[in-house]
Amino acid sequence: MCLSSRIEDEVMIVTVTADRIDAAVAIQFKEDMRNATAGGPPRVVLDLAAVQFIDSSGLGAIVASMKQLSALRRLDLAGLTPAVDKVFRLTRMDTVFRLFPSLSAALAPEQG
Amino acid sequence: MTPRGLHRFAASTEAARDGIEQVVNALRQHGLGGTPLADVELVLAEVVNNIVEHAYRGREPGLVSVAYVFGASGLILTVRDRGAPFTANSLPAGHAVDLALPRHQLPEGGFGWLLIRRLTSDLSYVRRNGFNRLRLRFDVS
Repeated sequence: MCLSSRIEDEVMIVTVTADRIDAAVAIQFKEDMRNATAGGPPRVVLDLAAVQFIDSSGLGAIVASMKQLSALRRLDLAGLTPAVDKVFRLTRMDTVFRLFPSLSAALAPEQG
Repeated sequence: MTPRGLHRFAASTEAARDGIEQVVNALRQHGLGGTPLADVELVLAEVVNNIVEHAYRGREPGLVSVAYVFGASGLILTVRDRGAPFTANSLPAGHAVDLALPRHQLPEGGFGWLLIRRLTSDLSYVRRNGFNRLRLRFDVS
């Protein structure tokens, strides 16, 4: 298990505790996400601050994690390190997910 | 002396992870670091994953070799395997993936060659004597 999860102010926070999401763990990651996000509040924030490396398999596993949520729930991403952020931008996946620089930014009240 | 080296590992997902780490550690000892090293690591992971998942699919598990050399034109990696050749003996284009889709239709793959092409300066591929040989150049000093 490379995830821990908790609920804070009606947001489910899932923290990745592994430093890599790569081909070797992609299937396990998707399964762990399915278990961690079964039920719970509509908004899920995935905290990626510990992750130093992601490849296209890991990226696919995060997309799959979003797709396996029910239609009324959403998955936002927080704390992307530079190498992880780069993969999201090069693949344009930054247009699919809301990215926050940190978990606290993701949990801050919406402006305006 | 020109810094160079060669690593070999089994074409399995687990062995590939260790093999890539060994290459990355060797490149780091030659002074590569930061974003350039992160880019090389990602490209190598994508190339090797493709070999594990496609070239050796349905075949006896084989080996992957990764040779590196630092030269005047940057870092050159040469990756060899004995798996199946690329379709039509040419490398995938790595087109941008269409993301303007409903959530349940979003693609979970097809990003590997996009990343490889975006992060390398030069790519060449030959099939010879039952080997695939992929050469990748990175503009690093």
